[in-house]
Amino acid sequence: MSLMKLIPSTLAILAASTVVASARDQLQIAGSSTVLPYATIVAEAFGENGEFKTPVVEGGGSGAGRKKLCEGVGEDTIDIANSSSRIKQSDIDTCAANGVNEIMEVRIGYDGVVFASDINGPDFVLTPADLYGALGAEVVKDGAIVANTAKTWADVNPSLPAQDLLVFIPGSKHGTREVFDTKVMEEGCKATGAYDAFVAASTGADDAAKAKEATDKCFTERKDGASVEIDGDYTETLSRIAANANAVGVFGLSFYENNTDKLKVATMNGIMPSVETISKGEYPVSRPLYFYVKKAHIGVIPGLKEYISFFVSDDMAGPDGKLAEYGLVPDPELAATQAAVEAETPMGPLN
Amino acid sequence: MTRASLFAQDKRTRARNATEKRFRAYGLTAIVLALLALLWLLISIFGNGLPAFKQTFLTFPVTLEESVLDKSGTRDPAVMAKATTITYGKVLTKALEAEATAKGIDLSALKKKGLANLISEESPATLRNMVLADPSLIGQTIRFTALAGGRVDGYYKGRVTLETAALDKNTSPEQLAVADKLKEAGVLTISLNSGFVTMPDASDKRPEAAGLGIAIIGSLYMMAVVLVLALPIGVAASVYLEEFAPKNRFTDLIEVNIANLAAVPSIVYGILGLAIFINMVGLPTSAPIVGGLVLTLMTLPRIIIPTRAALKAVPPSIRDAALGIGASRLQTVTHHVLPLAMPGILTGTIIGLAQALGETAPLLLIGMVAFVRDFPGAPPSGLFDPAAALPVQIYNWTTRGDPGFVERASGAIIVLLIFLIAMNAVAIYLRRKFERRW
Repeated sequence: MSLMKLIPSTLAILAASTVVASARDQLQIAGSSTVLPYATIVAEAFGENGEFKTPVVEGGGSGAGRKKLCEGVGEDTIDIANSSSRIKQSDIDTCAANGVNEIMEVRIGYDGVVFASDINGPDFVLTPADLYGALGAEVVKDGAIVANTAKTWADVNPSLPAQDLLVFIPGSKHGTREVFDTKVMEEGCKATGAYDAFVAASTGADDAAKAKEATDKCFTERKDGASVEIDGDYTETLSRIAANANAVGVFGLSFYENNTDKLKVATMNGIMPSVETISKGEYPVSRPLYFYVKKAHIGVIPGLKEYISFFVSDDMAGPDGKLAEYGLVPDPELAATQAAVEAETPMGPLN
Repeated sequence: MTRASLFAQDKRTRARNATEKRFRAYGLTAIVLALLALLWLLISIFGNGLPAFKQTFLTFPVTLEESVLDKSGTRDPAVMAKATTITYGKVLTKALEAEATAKGIDLSALKKKGLANLISEESPATLRNMVLADPSLIGQTIRFTALAGGRVDGYYKGRVTLETAALDKNTSPEQLAVADKLKEAGVLTISLNSGFVTMPDASDKRPEAAGLGIAIIGSLYMMAVVLVLALPIGVAASVYLEEFAPKNRFTDLIEVNIANLAAVPSIVYGILGLAIFINMVGLPTSAPIVGGLVLTLMTLPRIIIPTRAALKAVPPSIRDAALGIGASRLQTVTHHVLPLAMPGILTGTIIGLAQALGETAPLLLIGMVAFVRDFPGAPPSGLFDPAAALPVQIYNWTTRGDPGFVERASGAIIVLLIFLIAMNAVAIYLRRKFERRW
């Protein structure tokens, strides 16, 4: 048999085998790796307590999850996309083009983004301005825009330890990076006056173009080795810190809370990150976590409605629920979410 | 010109001998370096992973009260299912508290949930399933063996110390002190962890309960698919190319392509599998059948190449003799050439399978990296159920937040290594046993 005949014969076997495939009785979920641990905790409890099978939960990233959700309606598409950032208009358009018209948006709580260093190292009392001064590619010195040459934290702010600057930041494919950019770099950029300087120096046509150029500059980290992008998971950041005790890494709150014996967390604007300070809105670097449900699958795939009700129930997402134990910051408006899930309210247009 | 002596080496001979000595030293250094690297790898894997095969358990009597677990009194599992694992968790905590008090252990230093955290969150589910499967247990007092929580387990494996426990919000030195007393009283025991190879994966909150059961089954299913498809197709293709195909540009082209395909990075097969098997044919994601098909594509050239080499190694005299006494071409191949080449073919197939077993990259693309808790059914329909695979499970565990998963991941590497060593040993045995030289 030649290789040319292999392809049709393989396809023939496949065609025969698809007939055997039966109706799906398991939920399929994909998306954000930040939401993944929470989703697996809920899936596990859902499977062992209910009459339904344990949902299959996949990671892959928020964007990839939403893209899969929007592939169409039917058994061979996923039911829920986990997402650590809000759905985008482009996703909604793709969805609509593929016949996925009604999507339910469920906010499950908040995730804190923390800065942590080796447990035996010095304490860090940070502000966004310090971090921008440490990591921005260009900073303002004596009213002029200059390239960032700070070597140690003390160069940035004399009250910080005289320790070499090395920060592990999430790679650009991570949702965490967006939070880091907008809540830390942009804030710090504005606080140090760099933003205004960038706007003043901009050659953009109008104010909007100038503001965009300045924001982009604020998001530009220095490339001389002081900030290192980590494309892997938090475990990689952790092992890098274990290997280099001088470094500071960016972590999710839940990851830090499970590794408090190895990491020391930095305060931000004087606030210690914790489930309480984030839920009160005192700790500034946090973001909402969501999942998106394909409404057309409710009533078709067994257990879908039950799973989402179970997810937002007080036992799971509530302040004393299992997810808060693991580090999810509970949503103060959980009751409204529960009501919306009960009513199966699809999301309106993005505002 | 001086006369050459048989006893004193001249300059050139000395130089040549010195070169040879140096060359030998280089070779030896290379081998020693390779061995050291291997040793370092094995020490780190076994050091981290061996504890995964031991587990801390708590054994104590549990009274299953009707008023708590079956308020209706009907003993109907459908009604009793209303008592969730949260209720069963409370039952277990209460029973452990009673047992500790009976053994004279002071629990007053424990913080809120300090006692409940001693028991794994998996155990209430185990107890609940036990009771639902046999409702007559209600009202009885049974001896129940519960998994200990991840941090306590880590304490007895040296991962958690009293110093780190003081900093760790998931445990406390007081809790570990209670654990030590429970150990003295014989409630807490450390024994072989058979659950590691039989139980399914568990969520981030229960590293102590995570097992390789589904991953091993998923890998076995995929290997079965690869064996069933790749061996006959690969052997048929090799026999045709080697024994029947005319030598022309077309067969040359095929030959070059097969050699190329064997060198294509495996992730490419994953992309192909995603495009063809999942998006075009509509096979389910996370299913062993898709993994098996992708690995079949990847393994085919790796089986064809050694098979052709094995066929080529059969001397032409065998074929000539068979043809000479009137056998047809097909008879020559099936009666003489194939049986003689079989050891080489089997060796190549097993090594190809071993490579496929350890392959991760293509499986990531077709959804095998999912969290799966339900065991797939029996084949053939079970091939379409979601499952995991050994190498992917390792990858999956290394990304988890709880430090307990580091141990699990290394333990899984040991299991994978054992499978690989076994397969390669079979291949070597077959080669030694049946190899023929002419």
